[in-house]
Amino acid sequence: MSTNMTSLPVTLLAVPAAKNGRLSAFLRQPTFVAGLLILGVVMTLACVADLLYPGDPQDLVGPPLLWPFQKTEFQLGTDSLGRDIAAGLVHGARVSLIIGFSAASIGLLIGTLVGAVGGYFGGLADNVLVRVTELFQTVPAFLLVVVIVAIGEPSLKVIALAIGIASWPTIARLVRAQFRSLREQDFVMAARSLGYSDTRIIFVEILPNALPPVVVTASVMVAGAILTETGLSFLNMGDPNVVSWGSMIGDGREMLRTAWFLTALPGTATALTVLALNLIGDGLNEIFNPRMRER
Amino acid sequence: MRLLSRAGKSLSRTAIQALPVVLGIVVLNFLLLQLVPGDAADVIAGESGSATAETMAALRKQFGLDQPVLIQLANYLDHLAHLSLGFSPRYNTPVGDLIMSRLPFTLLLMLSAFVLSLVVGIAFGAFMAAFARRWPDRALSLFVLILYSAPGFWVGLMIIVLFSVKLGWLPSGGAMTVGADLTGLARMGDLLTHLVLPSISLACFFTAVYARLTRSAMLEVERQDFVRAAEAKGLGPFAIQMRHVLRNALIPVTTVAGLHLGNLLGGAIVVETVFGWPGMGRLALDAVMARDFNVLLGVLLLSSFVVIVANVLIDLLHAWLDPRIESV
Repeated sequence: MSTNMTSLPVTLLAVPAAKNGRLSAFLRQPTFVAGLLILGVVMTLACVADLLYPGDPQDLVGPPLLWPFQKTEFQLGTDSLGRDIAAGLVHGARVSLIIGFSAASIGLLIGTLVGAVGGYFGGLADNVLVRVTELFQTVPAFLLVVVIVAIGEPSLKVIALAIGIASWPTIARLVRAQFRSLREQDFVMAARSLGYSDTRIIFVEILPNALPPVVVTASVMVAGAILTETGLSFLNMGDPNVVSWGSMIGDGREMLRTAWFLTALPGTATALTVLALNLIGDGLNEIFNPRMRER
Repeated sequence: MRLLSRAGKSLSRTAIQALPVVLGIVVLNFLLLQLVPGDAADVIAGESGSATAETMAALRKQFGLDQPVLIQLANYLDHLAHLSLGFSPRYNTPVGDLIMSRLPFTLLLMLSAFVLSLVVGIAFGAFMAAFARRWPDRALSLFVLILYSAPGFWVGLMIIVLFSVKLGWLPSGGAMTVGADLTGLARMGDLLTHLVLPSISLACFFTAVYARLTRSAMLEVERQDFVRAAEAKGLGPFAIQMRHVLRNALIPVTTVAGLHLGNLLGGAIVVETVFGWPGMGRLALDAVMARDFNVLLGVLLLSSFVVIVANVLIDLLHAWLDPRIESV
């Protein structure tokens, strides 16, 4: 680029080339690509659930307790009431993904705000916010989710909110540490001397620089939220109006001795989706942490 | 001696910092629980099925549920100051007795899962670090990542299928063989066989956390100068890995382990349900269902206490691992 600055086409080409460099860094990692592929398949299935299996997955559609591959009509078998397992899995994917992403967004929002305010301003505000964060970290997160769901009603919205409220402290600690180191840097000093407001410095100047580790943690948070929702609906505290992987595991538990596939299938679906998110998280981590990349 | 004075310092510092947190937990949880629709009287009345408005009012009066919230809170704090956790309307016993009957089981489960996950996790991590970027590392990393991703309680259900349904080696639930009336060593052995599957189920996620952390911490430490110095003075690779690299890598691992103790109790709720283990997690869940808030507050208070004490112990462990770390 430096040799041929006058030639317009070359400079135009240079920008996409730099982006390709980042992109190929992502695509060079087999684990990252595998994670993307698995998550892509799960997302696609969740999106086309109504086309593949129209109708309510809670409907009784066939003979009970068919094993997988026993009948072509029900590829993955039926449960003790005669509900189609494959339909439940595909519709359950939708519930898990919705909960996972919305709960993580809520947790990210609260955690980023708390961490940014505490880390940027320091002093009394920081002290109070650190105490509040510690308070939330000492209470077992799962128990907090159970209590919040009991306060509201077991609907998807309340469950997502509860998981978000229980999961923000990790993000808050991370963002706070980032802000504390970044606020001393020259570009923040420059922004201050230009008379920018605190809000502008926090959101426009510091936050974009603090994001890389947050992005990595975000994928792990989505994974954690999916696991929490599975545990919650396993305990019969999930939304009773939808089929989720956790409630399928809970229903299958009664038949564990004779029809263990009822438990194995939804659990495998959960593990695979969470695995995909963790693979993506690991891939992001290697790319954003240059020190790790050397190894 | 140095450790003893360190223990004293650490304890007093923790007491000063932790007391407001504990008090905050109590007050916040108390107010939070007031938001839950329904109370213990509703549940008891609903279960008996023949409650009139008068008997409900009598029940509420008996448990002090008819008082204003702030008076109730003051009463609760007053009880706490007298080292009492209050009374459970649901079980008709003092909360302290109720928790004490469950606490040994939960501590046993948490402790065995904690030790299991730390030992196995650190061993896995050290192994992966030793073979970093070669196929043994890749293979074990994938296995660890699967442990990290699978819901623990589901792993529990699957090992029930394998070890108790198919192979018949281990019991699938409960804490003791019903009606076996064992004593002494036989009783201990019976308890331990019942403990194996729940511990594995609870430990698998945390094993993965510690394994991943140990691996990256060891790779980080390996690049430091003192490791080169140890190599230069002719120490064998095993001695370097164990005495120098692993010892220093344990500091971040134990810090995170302390942070995770609260989550261990959260995980215990579901695992105890799967295995019918008579612990505190199960008690807490039942308490939410029965709106038995004194019990729930007691469990929350005690679990935060366990976390705080554990962090003091970890602080001491750090002092032993790296004498340069001084209590701040």
